[in-house]
Amino acid sequence: MRTILSIGVDAVSYGMVLFMISIGLSIMMGLMRVVNLAHGAFAMIGGYLASYALRAMGLPYAVAILIAVVGTIAISIPFEVLLYRRIYRKSDALTQLLLTIGITFFVIGIVNFVFGPTLKSIPLPPALSGPLDIGFRMVPTHRMFVIACGAVTALALWFLLDKTEFGVRLRAAVDNGDMAEALGIRTEMLYSATFALAVGLAAFGGVVGAELLPIEPFYALRYMVTFLVVVSVGGAGSIAGALSASLLLGLADTTGKYLAPEFGEFFFYLAVIVIVFLFPHGLLGRAH
Amino acid sequence: MSSTTIVVPDKRLPLATELAGIAVIAVLGIAGYFLFPDDLAFLTRLISIALLVLSLDLVTGYCGVATLGQAALFGVSAYVVGNACLAGITNPLLLLLVGLAAGAVVGLASGALITRFRGLPQLVLSIAIGQLVAALSNKLSILTGGSDGLSGITPGKVFGIFAFDMYSRTAYVFSAVVLGVVFALLLRFVRSPFGLLCRGIKDDDLRAQMIGASVYPRLIVMYGVSGAVAGIGGALTAITTGVVGLDSVSFERSAEVLVMLVLGGAGSLWGALTGAIIFQIFEHIVSATNPFHWMTLVGLLLILIVVFMPRGLAHGAAALWSKLRSRGGRS
Repeated sequence: MRTILSIGVDAVSYGMVLFMISIGLSIMMGLMRVVNLAHGAFAMIGGYLASYALRAMGLPYAVAILIAVVGTIAISIPFEVLLYRRIYRKSDALTQLLLTIGITFFVIGIVNFVFGPTLKSIPLPPALSGPLDIGFRMVPTHRMFVIACGAVTALALWFLLDKTEFGVRLRAAVDNGDMAEALGIRTEMLYSATFALAVGLAAFGGVVGAELLPIEPFYALRYMVTFLVVVSVGGAGSIAGALSASLLLGLADTTGKYLAPEFGEFFFYLAVIVIVFLFPHGLLGRAH
Repeated sequence: MSSTTIVVPDKRLPLATELAGIAVIAVLGIAGYFLFPDDLAFLTRLISIALLVLSLDLVTGYCGVATLGQAALFGVSAYVVGNACLAGITNPLLLLLVGLAAGAVVGLASGALITRFRGLPQLVLSIAIGQLVAALSNKLSILTGGSDGLSGITPGKVFGIFAFDMYSRTAYVFSAVVLGVVFALLLRFVRSPFGLLCRGIKDDDLRAQMIGASVYPRLIVMYGVSGAVAGIGGALTAITTGVVGLDSVSFERSAEVLVMLVLGGAGSLWGALTGAIIFQIFEHIVSATNPFHWMTLVGLLLILIVVFMPRGLAHGAAALWSKLRSRGGRS
């Protein structure tokens, strides 16, 4: 019972971290058709910025998160203008892979030059670091915080995409970019805004999830594949898909690590192969 | 416009292209031997990776299959060859055959899964298979030595005459000869009707289906051939270095060879060879200073190539050359 609850809490919080980071990539891939392997690099930049704001500048946790999100978006703008605009909606997967792997390597090198090659901790405020009593059991407060953040992110995104003007335009462009453009939707602006949203979400997830995916020099490379896998399992461009894929893969990975730790990521990738083989367009995705 | 050049079958001399391939590799090999006598171990490693890049070119460049799991084919056969050698098969040529067979089997199996789909599912399947093999190699330490790697692989003499020495002289010459033979055979293979049809599938698989080609089995066969070539590369590392580590099946290895291929120019065996040589020499020089500078510079290099030479160095150089020539003709 105790193990099941621990697995449950860890799996859901891990899944929520995966969701927060991957959903930005999922929207980007649904809309711009860019296989952005550098997405994790932006989450890593967010983590490093937050760590710097907390440890070197002594700012409060909430301000550090804000700095991480805004700072990462600011840093990503030159990349978007100079590089990403070239590969939006281009079908040549090889070019996209190469460019985004290049950006990842470049960011890793620069980040390490600036911040040094050690593991960076993000100290939690006292309110989040202790255990929390949920009635019949004590669970780590931070895990609950992560789960809450994930739930809020999902709800906020659902509201943004389903209820606002921006969301309507975005969904139109995802469904049929050329038609949306013909109807007067300025897709260029939309792409830039979506890119900023995706990068901001990555940074947010990177900071909040730093306890589970520690911020370290090879973060971008280590989790690059994981984020891509979540998107492809869920189906690009679908919030519910990304959420269910994150939770499912979080469960597969956590259970595997609890019950058969020596197998590492074996069960995770076995689950991926089975799911992708059965649902080539993702759990809730559509064929394009 | 498609990214491949149209291949016109050579009508001049029956084996001109193949002989040119062997000649170029012979010249490069001899130059390497005499110019860098202290770096033969590095050059030997370069050759086995070059074989992996060539194998990737067969599926990516000729069939349009984007894969980030090619190291699995290379690593598995390296482990199989290592185990075969430890079990008593010490003849290097026999070990090459073992590697070839192991690579072909893994290639056929993974190809059957990967080529089922196109686009993102295909890419993710290739990654997942690669990671699955990497996790298994870590786990099955009886066969692979786990994170310590497989060591103590001591192959016998080549033809019973040339023993592997500590200066890697035999290893280098042996590898270079293998590369020359494989390269010549591949030059022939990609111009065969089968190879040309694979190009057709890459350009438009629907059209290939309409003219009566069964696409899926052909892609699996191509994967098998690619696995065989990667297997020879894996066998060479096991034979020449005597150790096989987890890095031979890692995601980084797969990503790196993809980078080498696109750097040189996918869809051309010469491009694959050029990319493998240039990238590894670049890496060898830069990584000696600092691994993080290495990453920054490689990243920058990749970005610049995508922006300025999207079709690889081989095409880029050719385009530059024709531009210079036409300018020279006008003036």
